[in-house]
Amino acid sequence: MSARKETLGRTVGIVVAVCLACSIVVSTAAVGLRSLQTANAQLDKQTNVLEAAGLLDKAAGDIAGTYDEFVEERYVDLESGQYVEVPEDFDMFKYAKDDEYQVRPKPDTAKVFRHSKVVSVYHIKNEAGDVTRLVLEVYGSGLWNLMYGLLAVDADGNTVRSLIYYDQKETPGLGGEVQNPAWKALWDGKKLFKDGDVAIQLKKNASADNPHTVDALSGATLTSNGVQASLDYWLSDRALGNFLANKPWLKS
Amino acid sequence: MSSNAKEMKKVLFGPILDSNPIALQILGICSALAVTTKLETALVMSAALTFVTAFSNLFISLIRNQIPSSVRIIIQMTIIASLVILVDQVLKAYSYEVSKQLSVFVGLIITNCIVMGRAEAYAMKSPPTMSFLDGIGNGLGYSFVLIVIGTIKELGGFGTLLGYEILPLVQNGGWYQGNGLLILPFSSFFLIGGLIWFIRTIRPEQVEPKE
Repeated sequence: MSARKETLGRTVGIVVAVCLACSIVVSTAAVGLRSLQTANAQLDKQTNVLEAAGLLDKAAGDIAGTYDEFVEERYVDLESGQYVEVPEDFDMFKYAKDDEYQVRPKPDTAKVFRHSKVVSVYHIKNEAGDVTRLVLEVYGSGLWNLMYGLLAVDADGNTVRSLIYYDQKETPGLGGEVQNPAWKALWDGKKLFKDGDVAIQLKKNASADNPHTVDALSGATLTSNGVQASLDYWLSDRALGNFLANKPWLKS
Repeated sequence: MSSNAKEMKKVLFGPILDSNPIALQILGICSALAVTTKLETALVMSAALTFVTAFSNLFISLIRNQIPSSVRIIIQMTIIASLVILVDQVLKAYSYEVSKQLSVFVGLIITNCIVMGRAEAYAMKSPPTMSFLDGIGNGLGYSFVLIVIGTIKELGGFGTLLGYEILPLVQNGGWYQGNGLLILPFSSFFLIGGLIWFIRTIRPEQVEPKE
């Protein structure tokens, strides 16, 4: 290598030129593709909600249109169990870090660490505009990481229609079976509450006739415990219990 | 002219069997372990890595006479990192599902030894066209291993290929009991080991001499 290349000025010059060229490429890509990326993230969320609501077949590819027609996102204050207004950019997962909204559950039975005191609830409506189903966010730790799920219940606030996990990192083949359609089908028709208390239970060899028990995942005790703990927490009075008891969706 | 074409062919296809970056040079193992559980992610990862290796080789080769040797590694990293971010952004925009599954591994192409290794060992000394071909060649070598491993793992572990059911699983009312070991990332160690054995059996010249 010639000595001429190694002067300080030249080295700095090359480094600055390369960095400048690279940063222009990167920022152009980031800015140019941002709208597509946010649209994708939104579409992903809408797909999950529609799947929980059982509307995916009906949507037949038109996710955004079906979502706009049949789904309404409302925001619920956990303490009062009533609807509240939220800032425009509200996102229950981002706002869990906001001082004003943050709640740290004690004891943290579902190991969620923190969550927002206002959460999203998706109302599923029929053609006449009546609320037929609710889709609730339920999440908590499984074996490896947080499992994010959507629980769909009927308008009575008690009958389960489906429980889908849209983001989880459980062991494939064992805990990962929370996404198995056969297991998910077990939830249809189960009842969450009995005499006002959370009664839904994951149990070994649960009978299909008992409305309060669902067969636990075999070989995945810790994942099943995680599902149980997150349901227990989110349905309790500390979280969505008040909302499900008040049933404000019937009044509006 | 014909010797040139021959050289190009060697640079392009040599890395698939004769000097495979994973099987012979044992580079880039980490991502080969992690992303091969499903064939689809393996394919996207292969395409991403081939793109990054080819273009980082091209750009580095273009400016190879300008790069001061004292900061050459940093300049290589800057170019590689920019290309990786570009790939990551494009995947997020056009293939959101796959980018969710690949999660951190696209970003980790930056630290993939193959990209860095080819830039330092080949692109710094060779003209742009050959460097570009060398990048594609090594990307193909990496892809070859990923596709073989991904096919075995997805078929053996889930009974599917690219999501289509080939062997119906017991859980879904079929007859095939999925192999739980193949679903886990570390099973790739055995499979890559077996592949290296196979390649060295048909290409005995790759076996290191006994010391």
